[in-house]
Amino acid sequence: MARREALTFYLLISPWLVGLLLFVLGPMVASLVFSFTKWDLLSPAQFVGLDNYEKLFSRDPLFWQSLKVTVLYTVAYVPLELAGGLVLALLMNQPLRGIGLFRTIYYLPSVLPGVAFVVLWMWILHPDVGLINTLLSYVGIEGPRWLVDPDWALPALLMMSLWGLGRSMVIYLASLQGIPQQLYEAASIDGAGRWQSFWRITLPMLTPTIFFNLVLSIISTFQTFTSAFVATNGGPLDSTLFYVLYIFRQAFEYFNMGYASALAWVLFVIILVLTLLVVRTSDRWVYYEGERR
Amino acid sequence: MSSTLQPQPRPAIGQSQRLRQRLGTVTGYLLAIAVAVLFLLPLFWMISSSLKPDYQVLEFPPRWLPDPIRWANYPEALTYVPFGRYALNTLFIAVMTILGHVLSCTLVAYAFARLRAPGKNILFVILLATMMLPYPVTMIPIYIGFKTLGWVNSFKPLIVPAFFGSAFYIFLLRQFFLTLPPEMEDAARVDGASTLQIIWHIILPISRPAIATVAIFTFQATWNDFLAPLIYLHDQSKYTVSLGLNFFRSSYDIRWGYLMAASLVTMLPVILVFFLAQRQFIKGITITGLKG
Repeated sequence: MARREALTFYLLISPWLVGLLLFVLGPMVASLVFSFTKWDLLSPAQFVGLDNYEKLFSRDPLFWQSLKVTVLYTVAYVPLELAGGLVLALLMNQPLRGIGLFRTIYYLPSVLPGVAFVVLWMWILHPDVGLINTLLSYVGIEGPRWLVDPDWALPALLMMSLWGLGRSMVIYLASLQGIPQQLYEAASIDGAGRWQSFWRITLPMLTPTIFFNLVLSIISTFQTFTSAFVATNGGPLDSTLFYVLYIFRQAFEYFNMGYASALAWVLFVIILVLTLLVVRTSDRWVYYEGERR
Repeated sequence: MSSTLQPQPRPAIGQSQRLRQRLGTVTGYLLAIAVAVLFLLPLFWMISSSLKPDYQVLEFPPRWLPDPIRWANYPEALTYVPFGRYALNTLFIAVMTILGHVLSCTLVAYAFARLRAPGKNILFVILLATMMLPYPVTMIPIYIGFKTLGWVNSFKPLIVPAFFGSAFYIFLLRQFFLTLPPEMEDAARVDGASTLQIIWHIILPISRPAIATVAIFTFQATWNDFLAPLIYLHDQSKYTVSLGLNFFRSSYDIRWGYLMAASLVTMLPVILVFFLAQRQFIKGITITGLKG
């Protein structure tokens, strides 16, 4: 009986197991193997040992540029998303009538198609007649040239991404609503104000969600592609050359499959290390209710 | 004496409390409205620009409302590039992907939720780990594989993987199946029903909300996808809406009025699905989001 059950289990999960081999494990190994080769898909692959990695770290300024852009952007965006999403969620957690409508409005942009989202923002960031510079001109400020200015292109992409803050808001909101009301009642009987309640109850209870959002946000921000490809194509002067955009160029524009695979593996290791670091530190600041975990 | 004195301070506290409460409500609304305006402004700007006659689009200072309203921008933009074709292509990919996900993920998720087998826990951890795997890491070998099969420039590379399950949806369905009471299945098993029969006759009918969530998420993800179609689809006649919009954007004379009309049309199906199925969206996010 137990053996039959196990057999059924493996039969049922077999599509996923095959997919795991074909689309995850196999490609990961293949990617590592390719990264030791020079291969343009036209002539046979040549084994070149660690050449690709050597080139990448010591002779390719664009690798460092793309890494710099991506790290800078991640360092700026992740905290903004974490804090901004939380503030929105707190705002939306008030017992106001019609609050559902507001939640919908905040959440909507984050489900929109990436390309349309970016195209819309290219228009909003238009240096002469865009919405933002128009608003700035009302208060007498001459706005920067945003996407065409190397100093302002990255901040412009950052601002654009913040329109999608609703995604992290929704996750926070669900967990805010899961905090038992008795905790607040008990605290208010003990004379705690709203500020104290926030720091002593809300924030600690939210740490598992903050942790989840942090990991998710790092992983997805590191993979920024569409906004850079569509809005700036990495420019001006490589100021928005995101890492994945650089992989894409090496692989599908220059057909350096070996070199692109090396880039991809470096990305994988970076994301893995960052995620593990966050997980490592989590037992110091993430609070889990003892019995439930 | 106490009975006459005691009630007196109470209304005072009550009044100031009520006042504070009302003040809180008012500031709450004001803040919520201010942020909502910020979030809606880009959409308003898009709609307004999409209805402007050409000479008003680049006018400075820009006007907030088009005058006159030029509806013709929409049919003109949608025929400027073959948007109907792109929409049909995308819809086809989306429907096939939904089919693939629902079929495969239901079976896999049921196994993970209900059946016991050696190695199951390790496999489940692997399943969770693959959710975190960045697509760029595997995209090159997968591309080379599909190229070897001669599938590049067809919809197959975008559709076929869906039939092998997707970690996120497997997880989502498993979480849902775990909340179902097992008694019905036990009874059916005693009556001699096979596992597939149980899934088909018992699990599927009561899992419609969860499966709808999978379908909706898949639709949204496929409709919005850009990187994979960009890699695999080269013929214009095979473009998805996102590729088409990007192609439109990169044409040599950008006509912003048209482009905004096309962008809005691209967003529309997602917006519609979102309004019809908002609850599923949020539930899906919270089911998977919170157990992380």
